[in-house]
This record gives sequence, C-alpha cells and structure tokens, in this order.
Amino acid sequence: MYGKGLRALSISTAAVMALALGLVFFYAPLEAEQGFLQKIFYVHVPLAIVSLCGFVLGGLLAIQHLRTREPRWDMRSYVAIHISLVFAVATLITGSIWAKGSWGHWWVWNEPTLVSFLIVFLLYATYQPLRFAIEDPERQARYASVFAVTAGAFVPMNFIAVRLSTAYLHPRVLGSASNLPGSMRLTFIVSLIAIALLYATLCKYELTAKHTRAQLRALRRRLIGDQPQARRPRSAAPALAPSPPARARTAAGTGA
Amino acid sequence: MSTVGTLAQLPALPLHTAGRYVAGAYVVLFVIVLIYVAIMAIRLSHIERDLGELLDNAAEGELAEPSVAPPAAGAPPATAGKSTLA
Repeated sequence: MYGKGLRALSISTAAVMALALGLVFFYAPLEAEQGFLQKIFYVHVPLAIVSLCGFVLGGLLAIQHLRTREPRWDMRSYVAIHISLVFAVATLITGSIWAKGSWGHWWVWNEPTLVSFLIVFLLYATYQPLRFAIEDPERQARYASVFAVTAGAFVPMNFIAVRLSTAYLHPRVLGSASNLPGSMRLTFIVSLIAIALLYATLCKYELTAKHTRAQLRALRRRLIGDQPQARRPRSAAPALAPSPPARARTAAGTGA
Repeated sequence: MSTVGTLAQLPALPLHTAGRYVAGAYVVLFVIVLIYVAIMAIRLSHIERDLGELLDNAAEGELAEPSVAPPAAGAPPATAGKSTLA
C-alpha cells in the first residue's frame, strides 16, 4: 500500500538532489561578502523549512487521527515528526557550522532564531519518550496526537514571534527583506524541492517498512498463532491495525 | 539573503577555509542519509529473516500435515499414488 510509487519518488529525489548540487556549486554565484561559505545556505535553510513544515504536518495528521481514531493517521503523524526531528538535527549541525565560519562561534545564545529553533527541537525531542512511557497503544496514540497538535500549533507561533523580534543577527531569507538574485533564487528553490522530496521519500520508506512489519506480524499470528501483544515489544512506534487481508479472513472465519 | 553580508560579523573566509565548513555541512546531510539507509538495511534484513522463519514453519507444517491427517478410506498414500502412475 505505502510502497506504491516509491521507486519513482526515489529516482526523482536523486535526480533533483543531483540537480540542486550542480546548481549550488556550478551555477549559483559566490555571495559578495560571505563568499564560498554562503553555499551552506542552500542546505541549511531548506532543511530548517522542511523540518518545521514537517512538524506542522505531523500536527495536522494528528488532528485527523483524533477525528477518525484510525491508527494509520497516528502512524503518519509519528513518521512525519520522526523524520522532521532528524532534519532538525541536520539543521542545527549545519547552522552551527555556518555560524562558526561566519560569526566565529558554534552557537550564539542571544540570537532568537537559533534559540527558538532549539526550543522547538527540544520540545519535539520529548515526543518519543512520551510515546514510550505509555504502554497501552490506544492511549499512546491519543496522547501523542494531542501532543503533536499542541506542539504543531506552537511552531508557527514561535516562527512569528521570532520574525517580530528586531534584535537578531541571523539572516532573513523569507519576506520583504529578501532580494536574492535570480540565479541564487532558482538554486534555492531547487534545493528546497530536493530536500522536500528527500523528506517525502524517507517518510514513505519509513511507512512502507512499518506497514510491512505489521503485515509480517499479522502473518505470523495467522501461521503460528502468536498472541498479538505477546509478540510486540514495548515501543514508541504506533501499533498498526491488522492488514486488510487479515481482517477479511477474520470476517470470513467468523461468518463461517 | 541580502542581509547575510551586512549582518555577518566576520569578513569572508578564504576559499580553503570556507571550503572545509561547506564540505562539513554537506557531509552532515550525506552522513544522516547514509545512517538512515543503514538502519533501513538492518530492518530489511530483520524482515527477511522473519519471513524466512515463517516460510520454514509453513514448509514444516505442510510436511507434517499428511502424516497427522488420517488417510481416507481406500485412498492410497500420495507416494503410492505416484508410483502406481509411474
């Protein structure tokens, strides 16, 4: 189910990533004052944008889970947040590298953009322990969804609060202050698409892997007769419902 | 991005120094993707192993089934049937 279109998505991601790298290093001009160091911008900013959007997406999917109570929405929300967290780690590391080259410090504590992103990251870093702390899968899914919705609403508020701040050193990329030249803008947009595609691909891989594993468990239960809860160790990952064929067979068995 | 230059506190680094930082940033992304691929490979091997176990169990079940099931009255065993046909 989740594996459909994965091959095409993977190929397009690789192609766009290659195109983005080509544009970054062979097409985009050197920035007048930052020089070659500014090339970090094409990986750092898309990573930050995609990870923040992923957190919001996780919240939206969690709303859908709370509305329908279907485990697949919880799974999607979990995966969206999980991959966003990985991207957030990459954002923090690449940002620190840029800050060291540009400002001479790995981290600047009085810079609102950096600190606010760290707060968002630390907030979402508690998501997995929260899930792991709750054993009952249904309660785990419900509480995690409430967390995802609340934290997802916090992300845009945090973003706006930082934008309203005036005392910042961190460059602004989006908004009226931004006037990237055409070649830099094109490179940035392609890089953003590449990172967004990478995010989508990793999410799809993760969903496919988890779905396959759930199907395998269902198959094991059917063949060996394992107890569902006995076979599933305590985990932060959501428990998926039995796959459609399993349900169909159960229904057929009950009917007979 | 025009503000990058005006807000930067240090002058532009020479290429050989800046190159190290830029390479570091891109390597970080590459390494993260690589780690993810490695994790996926481990998961895939677990799935493969579990699937192999299930297939073995299914094969054992199929082999055990004819000996457990009582033979139908008058019906020859499968092997006997084969030899008769041959």
